[in-house]
Amino acid sequence: MSEWWTYTLSDLLMFSRPTYFRLFALLNEAVWPAQLVAVLVGLALVAAILRGAGKAGRLAAALLAICWLWVAWTYHAQRYAAINLAGPYFAMAFALQTVLLCWLATRRRAPAIASWRGPLGGLALALVLAGLLLYPLLAAVDGRPWQQAEVFGIAPDPTVAATLGMLLLWRAQWFLWIVPLLWCAASGATLMELRAAQAWALPALGLLALAAMLVARLRMRPLPRQHPSSTG
Amino acid sequence: MSMPYQERRRILQAMLAAGGWALLPPASAQPAPQPALITRPIPSSGEQLPVVGLGSWITFNVGNDAQARAACAEVAKAFFAGGGRLVDSSPMYGSAQAVIGDVLARLKHPPALFAADKVWTGSGGAAQIEASRKLWGIPRFDLLQVHNLLAVDAHLPLLLRMKATGRLRYAGITTSEGRRHGDIVRLMETQPLDFVQVTYNVLDREVENRILPLARARRIAVIVNRPFRQGELTQTLAGKPLPGWAAEIGCTSWAQVLLKFIVSHPDVTCAIPATSNPRHAAENMLAARGPLPDEDLRRRIVADVKKLA
Repeated sequence: MSEWWTYTLSDLLMFSRPTYFRLFALLNEAVWPAQLVAVLVGLALVAAILRGAGKAGRLAAALLAICWLWVAWTYHAQRYAAINLAGPYFAMAFALQTVLLCWLATRRRAPAIASWRGPLGGLALALVLAGLLLYPLLAAVDGRPWQQAEVFGIAPDPTVAATLGMLLLWRAQWFLWIVPLLWCAASGATLMELRAAQAWALPALGLLALAAMLVARLRMRPLPRQHPSSTG
Repeated sequence: MSMPYQERRRILQAMLAAGGWALLPPASAQPAPQPALITRPIPSSGEQLPVVGLGSWITFNVGNDAQARAACAEVAKAFFAGGGRLVDSSPMYGSAQAVIGDVLARLKHPPALFAADKVWTGSGGAAQIEASRKLWGIPRFDLLQVHNLLAVDAHLPLLLRMKATGRLRYAGITTSEGRRHGDIVRLMETQPLDFVQVTYNVLDREVENRILPLARARRIAVIVNRPFRQGELTQTLAGKPLPGWAAEIGCTSWAQVLLKFIVSHPDVTCAIPATSNPRHAAENMLAARGPLPDEDLRRRIVADVKKLA
């Protein structure tokens, strides 16, 4: 008989907070100077948002796909899997998102980037900037060494935060949201168990993006055809 | 020429059985003579085990972090220097088994080691045990336990067969946080177990009612996990002054009080605190020396900790 329902998250958490955050220091050291490339990719994303043309949408999707694959391999498969038995599954999920983003980048109709002006566009741009600019600062804000900074394109959380913004701007299909939102939940739950100050950050960004996406869909939905008898 | 591993082990066990632990050369210089190490016999064999062991849940799961692995080696060094023997792990603990293997190699395989591991998941028990053994880098395990009774109907017969053929010295079962105590009791009553591992601490005392008395009646050794409630108790009590009675039992920290409460129960064989701090490992081992609380003091410890926690 299995009694998995009696297990709490803390029973399943198998590593300590220092071990978790040390992973980012070791990752940053191992992949340097990939962070500089990641910054350039981030700047390219912002440029694509500001430009907003169809080709820019393809380029943004392709760049994000590379980031997701890089995170899947260098973080999840090579490092996180060493301390978390679920690591290989996270790597597979990130690889799946890579495939979906590749599809988005190469489909016949280019993924148009909506204007960043206006409330929804502004929120989307803010999500992208949170991934690029806010996340690397969280380690220092939390009193941890700057070597543990979580950098977009290198660490999962800032990559997911920026991706949420792009998904909003693309008005992306629902299936492109699944992995990023699931990661928001998984990362948030892990950080909560580790009692990390930033635990609520990614789930909050995920909920904001989800709510904004629903609003955008409602706005895009065509008005129902009126019944002749009701025109009266 | 160095003495073969099995021979060193046999001599060591003979010395321990003869109460000759004090004859062993200390792994590091001791500042002052210490009270004798408290040991308890494994009922099925009479082999003596120090009452404090070393757990590896969370603390030894540090992956490939060289700095953290070095810290784990310091923990283990302090543990063995303090007279410790039983190290417990599980395939479920991420990289802990690999880290233990690394640590044991760094310490040149301390002959005192009593290697306790677990088997879990539904299938492939034998392959899993072999993979675990390779990670530890040892010839065989002293004790294998069915982790949280997962697939116990398949795994326990396997462990008993391994014991019968000399590939294992002791077989047991584990649970934690009070899960499946009914099944634990049933297996204790019906199976030839050497060990049972349960959660027991000042605040979680359910095992006192049924499991500990049954262990005594069935001559089963008891390993106690989560002695600090996964650090919750020591964190809660940190900074709170030790009551005057702590000195009576030679305790200088709350961790020692919590451990002495556990190992003073006559049916407990060994508690397995986990730590990533070498100083704490040394402190924990001091709980296996000196006077233990009597029944009155045990009641007082419970009352005082309940007030503070």
